[in-house]
Amino acid sequence: MPDTAIKASGLVKWFGEGEAKTTALKEVNLETYFGEIVYIVGPSGSGKTTLLSVLSGILRPNAGKVLVEGGNIWALDADRLAEFRLNKLGFVFQDYHLFPRLTTAENVAIPLILKHEDWNESMKKAVRYLEIVGLKGKEQLPPIKLSGGEQQRVAIARAMVGQPDILIMDEPTASLDGETGRSIVSFVHQNVLNNQRCIIIVTHDSRIYEFADRILDMEDGRLASTEKVSHEN
Amino acid sequence: MKGILKLAYKLVVNDKAKFTALLVGITFAVFLMMFITSMFVGVLNHSAATVINIDAPIWVMDPTVQTPANTIGLPGYILDAVRSMQGVKYAVPLYAGAALLKLADGTYQSANIIGLDDTSLYGRPELIQGNIDDIYAENGFIAIQDADFPKLGNAHIGSEFELNDNRGVIVGIAKVRSSSLFGIPTLYTTYYRCLQYIPNPRYTISYVLVVPKSMRDVPRIKQQVKVLGYVALTKDEFIGRTTNFYIFQSGFGMNLLIMTAVSFIVGLSVSGQTFYTFILENLERFGALKAIGTKSRELVSIILFQAAFTSLTGYGLGVGLCVSLIGVAKLRMPEYAAMISYLNLAVPFAMVLVIAAISSYFGVRRVLAIEPFDIFRG
Repeated sequence: MPDTAIKASGLVKWFGEGEAKTTALKEVNLETYFGEIVYIVGPSGSGKTTLLSVLSGILRPNAGKVLVEGGNIWALDADRLAEFRLNKLGFVFQDYHLFPRLTTAENVAIPLILKHEDWNESMKKAVRYLEIVGLKGKEQLPPIKLSGGEQQRVAIARAMVGQPDILIMDEPTASLDGETGRSIVSFVHQNVLNNQRCIIIVTHDSRIYEFADRILDMEDGRLASTEKVSHEN
Repeated sequence: MKGILKLAYKLVVNDKAKFTALLVGITFAVFLMMFITSMFVGVLNHSAATVINIDAPIWVMDPTVQTPANTIGLPGYILDAVRSMQGVKYAVPLYAGAALLKLADGTYQSANIIGLDDTSLYGRPELIQGNIDDIYAENGFIAIQDADFPKLGNAHIGSEFELNDNRGVIVGIAKVRSSSLFGIPTLYTTYYRCLQYIPNPRYTISYVLVVPKSMRDVPRIKQQVKVLGYVALTKDEFIGRTTNFYIFQSGFGMNLLIMTAVSFIVGLSVSGQTFYTFILENLERFGALKAIGTKSRELVSIILFQAAFTSLTGYGLGVGLCVSLIGVAKLRMPEYAAMISYLNLAVPFAMVLVIAAISSYFGVRRVLAIEPFDIFRG
């Protein structure tokens, strides 16, 4: 039995008050494990992004717990929660959110710099991770000079460079063509996933379902079904 | 924190268009603020030229005198009374007035006339040419070589002019620390020659210059002069009174305030708006930094550092530009009325800090308000 990465129970989240009140999460329970890629899928407005935000310590739930390493992350104060995100999580955003005025290497090194690591050491590590994601020789280019797929790889390198336990990917293929999107997730499956890491991906893209270990289908704020994916061919 | 500040530096400096706009805005504002205030300080310095050049520690005058230029005659007994006061080492009369000269070529020229105490010549200028004793020679005057000196025609030792139908001869040429405000040449002679040559009212002493036995005696001398119905001011107090007159009663001060305020507003609007646009353009990325795990105080540090760095760089450039321009102007016109003091440096510095604080305040508010959840929501 693999170790639990995240255990969430009784998650409730609503927005607005009175007649405008919308409940985005309704008593969601979820457990993810190290060594697996979990997809959260579902139609727009089903609560996928809200769930991802609550799990990653970004959006405070109205009720429920999120346990990581046995501790409830929502019992932490703002600074400790920021430290948790910095040390335990890696984020890949839908629009990459790379700084256009920094070089590719500097963008990748940001989590290390935020951890107060030495600037030169951070750059060396960033260059190594750019090599891992196949962008050797593009360290000094600004992100704007890279293609969409390459920018997504930079974002992955930035998420990985701090060696987080849990990788959070929000619609990683939404801005990419089908071929590039598949190659990105395939890369993640082969090179990023390991027994000490859990990857949670929110996606609409059914073309990349083959890389999932489990697919959690959300509907109207609830986990409607869980599908285990067989990789045996 | 060093790495985070380096990151902040690169974020702002690498955005060349905005960084340039920020620097231009702040540099221009600092240049204007400093230039205007240094012009003002220069004008004030010239307005107190007589006080600065004579350099007496205590000046006794009528209480209504506001500047060295508008003298009110003191009766002769005041000089005697002051000389007999406790704490006074010695006291001398000074004549300060203006007269119309008829130059050798027949043209007329206004001039400041300073009449020094005949016995001591207290407050005499530093001679460049001639001998100070020649001031006692018949019709002897000493001309001051400043920016207005050429207005005396081709003046040299031996040059003659007429003053109220009296013959005057230049017997020496001297220099002083500060030239007069009103753009007219200055001549020094003896006190009694002034009384002989220039038509005067009943009371003829413009100021009684006092040298105290020690500076501890100054309050006692002031008190004794006050009893007589007059006022004794130290040199700095007289300069201060002159400054206050020009600031508060001449309209100069209001104009200075308006121009400084306009410069401040120009700087604030250009740099504030550019900095705010810079923050807005990077808002989502700041949100992403927040999601990754940047603490709020680190984000605040980044923005404050960027605002402070651009502001102080702009300040340095503005000061450099102003100093260079005044330096070049003074090469061409040595008496150019602009003077850089600590006040000139401090006022724009304080204004720049305010610009940086206001610019970063709005940026900090926006960045702290953004929720990382918004980044996920897109």
